[in-house]
Amino acid sequence: MPPNMNPHITWFAPETRHQIVEEAQRILEEVGVFVENEEALELLTGAGCRIEASERRVRIPASLVEKAVASAPQRILLYGRHGEAVMDLGGDRIHFNPGSAALRIYDAQEKRARTPISADLVRFIKLVDALPHYAAQSTGLISGDVPPEVGDRYRLYLALLYSNKPVVTGTFRIDGFRPMAEMLAAVAGGPQELRAKPNAIFDCCPSPPLKWSELTAQALIDCARSGIVAELISMPLTGATSPVTLAGAIVQHCAESLSGVVIHQLACPGAPIIIGGSPACFDMRKGTTPMGAIETMMIDGGYAEIGKHLGLPTQAYMALSDAKTVDYQAGMESAMGALVAALSGINNISGPGMLDFESCQSLEKLVLDHEACGSALRLARGIELREDPILPLALMQQGIKRSFLPLAHTKRWFRQEAYFPDEVIDRSTLEEWRKLGGKDATQRASQRVEQILSGQQAEPLDPPLAEALREIMEAEARRFGMEKLPDLP
Amino acid sequence: MDSFLERCTQSVLEGEEEQAEDLARQALDLGYPPLAVIEDGFIRGIRKVGELWEEGTVFLPELVMAAGAMKKAMAVLLPALGAGVQSPAQGHLVIGTIEGDIHDIGKTLVATMLEANGFRVTDLGADVPVGRFVDEAEACGADGIAISALLTTTMSGQRRVVEELKKRALRPRFKVLVGGAPCSQEWAEQIGADGYAGDAVAAVALARRLICAG
Ligand code: B12
Repeated sequence: MPPNMNPHITWFAPETRHQIVEEAQRILEEVGVFVENEEALELLTGAGCRIEASERRVRIPASLVEKAVASAPQRILLYGRHGEAVMDLGGDRIHFNPGSAALRIYDAQEKRARTPISADLVRFIKLVDALPHYAAQSTGLISGDVPPEVGDRYRLYLALLYSNKPVVTGTFRIDGFRPMAEMLAAVAGGPQELRAKPNAIFDCCPSPPLKWSELTAQALIDCARSGIVAELISMPLTGATSPVTLAGAIVQHCAESLSGVVIHQLACPGAPIIIGGSPACFDMRKGTTPMGAIETMMIDGGYAEIGKHLGLPTQAYMALSDAKTVDYQAGMESAMGALVAALSGINNISGPGMLDFESCQSLEKLVLDHEACGSALRLARGIELREDPILPLALMQQGIKRSFLPLAHTKRWFRQEAYFPDEVIDRSTLEEWRKLGGKDATQRASQRVEQILSGQQAEPLDPPLAEALREIMEAEARRFGMEKLPDLP
Repeated sequence: MDSFLERCTQSVLEGEEEQAEDLARQALDLGYPPLAVIEDGFIRGIRKVGELWEEGTVFLPELVMAAGAMKKAMAVLLPALGAGVQSPAQGHLVIGTIEGDIHDIGKTLVATMLEANGFRVTDLGADVPVGRFVDEAEACGADGIAISALLTTTMSGQRRVVEELKKRALRPRFKVLVGGAPCSQEWAEQIGADGYAGDAVAAVALARRLICAG
């Protein structure tokens, strides 16, 4: 049998990959990273890093970087509510999950973006739970009906209540970590179980260029110690917070990511960590950070290749758009991103549903993007060689006699060869399309959202467990002046 | 128009820092009144750049470089204005990103553009405590306070600055401008700020409207 090939984009020659890592290591040795966090500073100096007394710039030797990269796992499994492995991060295996932490939700009825409330979060979570190409939940919306100080933990609380899937999330404040880790441990069955079978990924963002803030360095250390998977989100913005060249931005991304791996592995060697990012080809006309720019996707693909070269699992914010409504631009940018990500073999692809530079989620878009993800997953499987010879002469003979439709060969393979999109993708005849009301994709998606939400749902969390989570959450809300949590549907 | 002043305008348009500084010096040597050089020379340049930016023909690096040239020229000309002459400085603002928030790219852009357009700007940086906005504004006799917030968890700090001003009975003395991704005109109204703007050029227009007209 001839070998199956998976389609794949290659961004750099092997020697260029080496060069990028070497240049990044030199930057860490000669320029260093600025570290605000005391504990991180202690870990680094304890491991022999030099630090100039006047500044908090830490020079990290290449030997330490190499040791950290070697101790980080090459493969990470993420588990669902019942302890089943649902994400296998590493190699070229790809998984999708929605874009995270939107400030607004696009209201298709009112045709405008507005502040989301608890009921919107619940609908979002249930929808993601029901859509199979989304491997994980992301805490995609910030709820406007709880004190903003508890926004980070509240979105996780709801995700755990209403979904079986693991969660991609993160803290907004240092005090968010403890309650969030407690909730995750409760669902996993205890802190040991959480470490053995992590059910969440926390984003930790260095500040470009070359800086670790108090909050994000702490998140990195806390993740390492608790076993929650840390995801490094370095975000060079070309010409603004990084060099303007795509390649230069990738070197800076590599340096920031490596410094993160070092801090993380010093806190707990062997703890799981992902090389991710949210770079942007900074728009010089508008001063914005376009996620749908093709060059943004090229930086993503490029750094992911470096991540793979280092042997670590990868992530990127792709399959999202800067459009303000669910329109042609939204579809074009999101689908291109899904494809470039899939062809780059990025393990955790975060973005679907998102509009407006990572600030607005749309349920309709979530349903439509799901089809882009389904198609991308199909593409990644490549053109499979089912038999040898590829087209047996006997089959050809049969085919010219009658049509291929009634052949056993057709029956055997048709379901595996094609991806069957949901009805939101229109493949009907003009006649049928008219009969169905002549709706466009967004209108069909609106309908589909309601259908899914009124259908079968994930079973509710065990009542005692739900109660335990509510207690943790309620205590948090009380600290910030809210006595009673919002009623849930 | 005077070809010398024309060159001053041009130096800002082209973002030529050294040239702008040189021309400012020459202007003084040649005995031009500093105020006229500022208003009929350099400021024309930065206004034009702002217009071209809104039209979409000038890009961000050019805008920032023009602001840089403007700043160099003003550094030479302002001290020469002498006492008594009404400074063309349109007003004085303190600006910063609110406490708990380290997003400072947008804030810095706004500060740069304000400065380039003739405002005096005291940039307090990022992660600035509520009280410090008020302390600094009072200490330097500013006309306004510009507060940036990019997180839902930190935007309430903008409200607390307004409250702090009220508490210290200073509210009427300072115009309060807010901005950043989660903010909006409604938010500004809700917290009793004086205005909101969505980008750096709009922020300049807002500051002009609030401070120069007010
Ligand atoms: C770059 C970025 C970062 C960088 C910031 C680097 C830096 N030095 O500033 C880094 C990596 C550090 C970062 C960190 C984090 N970030 Co961030 N970040 C962004 C991103 C992608 C772009 C922001 C930006 O610089 N835009 C470009 C500038 C030019 O635009 P701007 O800031 O909007 O400013 C313009 C206007 O708003 C206006 N303006 C701005 N300020 C003012 C002030 C006044 C007075 C006026 C009139 C106008 C005005 O004029 C500016 C110029 O045109 C946004 C996404 C977004 N949609 O905004 C997320 C975003 C803001 N971040 C987000 C998050 C969650 C975080 C983290 C909490 C992530 C984490 N878990 O670690 C941390 C928070 C750290 C902290 N405590 O502050 C969320 C916020 C969600 C929420 N609930 O609030 C966003 C929306 C992305 C997302 N969906 O996840 N981030």
